Amino acid sequence: MSTVVDIRNLGVSFSTDAGAVKAVEDVSISVERGEVLAIVGESGSGKTVTAKTILGLLPETATTKGAVVLSNREGTRESDVISISKQKLRDIRGTDVAMVFQEPSTALNPVYTVGWQIAEGLQAHSDMSKKEARAKAIEILGRVGIPDPEVRVDHYPHQFSGGQKQRVVIAMALVLDPGLIVADEPTTALDVTVQAEILDLLRRCRDEFGTAIVLITHNMGVVADLADRVAVMYQGNVVEQADVKTLFAAPQADYTKALLAAVPYVGHGTVRAAERAAARPTNWTDQPPVVEATDLEIVYPGRFGRAGFRAVDGVDLVIRPGEVLGLVGESGSGKTTIGRAIAGLTKVTGGSLKVLDAEMNGIRERQFRPLRSRIGFVFQDPASSFNPLLTIAECVAEPLVIHGRAKDASSARARVNELLEAVQLPRAYGDRYPHELSGGQRQRASLARALALEPELLIADEPTSALDVSVQARVLELFAELQREFGFASLFISHDLAVVDLLADRIAVLYRGRLVEEGTGTEVLGSPADPYTQRLLASLPVPDPVAQAERREELRRLREAE
Amino acid sequence: MTAASVTQAPPRRRLRDRLPVLHQLRQSVGLQRGMLVAGLIMLGVFILCAIFAPLIAPYGFAQRADASGSFGTQQPPSPEHLFGTTVGGYDVLSRVVFGSQTAILVVIVAVTLSLFIGVALGLYGGYFGGWLDKVMVVVFDAIYAFPSLLLAIVLSIVISGGQSSLWGGVLAAGGSIIVVFIPQYFRVIRAETVRIKAEPFVESAKVLGASSTRIVFKHVFRNATRTLPLIITLNSAEAILTLAGLGYIGFGIEPTAAADWGYDLNKAQSDVTSGIWWTALYPGLAIVIAVLGIMLVGESLNDLADPRLRARRRVSQASGQVAETSVVPGGTLTAGPGGIDGLEDGETFDEHGIEVKR
Repeated sequence: MSTVVDIRNLGVSFSTDAGAVKAVEDVSISVERGEVLAIVGESGSGKTVTAKTILGLLPETATTKGAVVLSNREGTRESDVISISKQKLRDIRGTDVAMVFQEPSTALNPVYTVGWQIAEGLQAHSDMSKKEARAKAIEILGRVGIPDPEVRVDHYPHQFSGGQKQRVVIAMALVLDPGLIVADEPTTALDVTVQAEILDLLRRCRDEFGTAIVLITHNMGVVADLADRVAVMYQGNVVEQADVKTLFAAPQADYTKALLAAVPYVGHGTVRAAERAAARPTNWTDQPPVVEATDLEIVYPGRFGRAGFRAVDGVDLVIRPGEVLGLVGESGSGKTTIGRAIAGLTKVTGGSLKVLDAEMNGIRERQFRPLRSRIGFVFQDPASSFNPLLTIAECVAEPLVIHGRAKDASSARARVNELLEAVQLPRAYGDRYPHELSGGQRQRASLARALALEPELLIADEPTSALDVSVQARVLELFAELQREFGFASLFISHDLAVVDLLADRIAVLYRGRLVEEGTGTEVLGSPADPYTQRLLASLPVPDPVAQAERREELRRLREAE
Repeated sequence: MTAASVTQAPPRRRLRDRLPVLHQLRQSVGLQRGMLVAGLIMLGVFILCAIFAPLIAPYGFAQRADASGSFGTQQPPSPEHLFGTTVGGYDVLSRVVFGSQTAILVVIVAVTLSLFIGVALGLYGGYFGGWLDKVMVVVFDAIYAFPSLLLAIVLSIVISGGQSSLWGGVLAAGGSIIVVFIPQYFRVIRAETVRIKAEPFVESAKVLGASSTRIVFKHVFRNATRTLPLIITLNSAEAILTLAGLGYIGFGIEPTAAADWGYDLNKAQSDVTSGIWWTALYPGLAIVIAVLGIMLVGESLNDLADPRLRARRRVSQASGQVAETSVVPGGTLTAGPGGIDGLEDGETFDEHGIEVKR
């Protein structure tokens, strides 16, 4: 085997308003031919910067030291990406190294056909005629698994689904047959079931095309599924480099151990849920539910002359006092819509939705407003759910001021301090602005705000999906603790089965606006009845390379059975 | 789990970093700093002239004679009249200096009025929408079709019958600017409001049960105003140009009422062909300096406010400190050099999507 890329003592710094910031300190990694190297780390660990350096894609504010030696597929040419001229860099991009981006919908230009975009790269590197380039584009589209490539080659990006778009992006990367593909979080923007397909395709890139892949991800399940070797990055350094099986079986560095321990597994929460269920009084099921949906229907109005979009279609669900219902589904399954409808942010168009004894179908904001003090809401993105111009204390005091429990933010400060301590934030943080907190801290402040009025119902819409794994673990733990303490009922929305499993008493699975399965964690995750739930569960990569290989086989069987 | 116990007061920024223009001046480097400094100097000269006009100008703006007799008409620059005298027998220097007062008056009238009306309507239209919003959009689009000078002429006839006093001229120029620029403020604020309305922090206020008035003023308004400084500077420049244009085509302010650069240029038209350059040159220069100064300051403040356009000093090879990532038990509590303030507001990604966390 020969080395495709050899990174030696790489260091990268950026100039910012507050002086120099080092993103990568001293990194040495090499990738062999036909090997998948995963670079793992949390936000800010320097993994993306390292990868971008391989393609010479760093912005002008960056300075680099060290060397990144890239050889072409045949091993006949070597070039140091850091020192070569822009002209030469253009030559090697595409032919020697290509990139697959995180967000397929923004990596493709919406005004050109996908065939044109694939041919563009071909024609830039050879004097191929248009006809030949087109033929080649059709061929490569077929090989990445786009059905009817002869027809689809003339389609525009918006005519493809998210997963297909990512296939097209991979086709663009593969078309010049590079020795190395850098894939920056290639599946983060995709649903679990689609993610499994894309991971299969990337595996085929390695096996059939013999391409080496540098895979950047924070998802340990993806690493276990695809990688041959793993480099763990922390604070701009590689803390551990090992074979994938060795790394998961016997991690050496403390950071790796902490990272692996923080990854939620499916099946961890069922014990706790059973304990909680056992502790409930016998007449618990007779209590009036906090939320009761019967044949709930939510239709978004379509454009003039077109039918509306049916986001939620005939859903029945019940949340009883003190119970956590986990709502799982892919993007577009209507899970967020249900959460928003319960909070009165989206209109209910059919059926009945009772929230705290108020019928939401046709309710007016004026009637609902007094009830709002009994409902808390935690948003997905902690960065944008705070007004950037108010301090954390002012933000947390908002509900108290609005509902007349305090005259203004400063008189509510005592209560705000209590709340901040309840979510384990130092009270001095109240004087900071939202951007001065990290993501996990912000999400905790967001919890504090939602709990300020001690609501009976808390709606959490993907509260941890914007957070790093280890932060996610701590926020989830806090959530469980607060739920025990305050005893609120909760609708916990997530796309991640493992996360829902940790917290929920019952799990409901949504698919295209319909409720396909509902039950306790043991029922839904242990022996799923619905084929969609089965597929969803099998698609979820587990952070264990040996077990994941078995699961992959099982998923393949499931797919063939369909 | 234990709460992180290390608590520090957030680093307070020093006064010189918080003063608006001074902060940007310290932040800028290279060409951007040059542009800002040049603009500030020109603007400074303009404003100082306006404030201290009676002290700087050797004579009054309508003065044609002093103790030693009449100034004489079209006199070339001399020790008594540094910039010469006009065809009407006025001292050019004095009129140029006093002209800055009139110009600033127009700027203040035009910008404050259109700002208040435009922002209020924009907030209403953007947040509540409805038929009134639709009507406003159509009406304001129609206003764009009018040349502002034409409007100014109409207004000046309406206000003062074409023959104007100081306030007549100021209101005519200012009024036309108001009419033309309300749509700009409306559009900008409306677009921002529509964007901010969909932000989660507004929704979270809604979920908490906040009233619409509270949401608009507490959460939307302050976040919607960040593009205003640029429009204000552009409008100020445009206001000066409109006043000068009005004066130039003969709807200016009478020389006895106030000094008007446009009026002086109009009267200097015939001088130029007979070799009398000083009557046209100095008022013209005054207009250029005032407008250019405002434009340069506005343009560079805009560039500096945008992290993508802001130039930075290159850093030495691989220097600086590495960021602490979130895995540290208890979360990161200490910021890197310069404090967390150094980060762009809430952003940890630069324009290339690279995380530049500390």
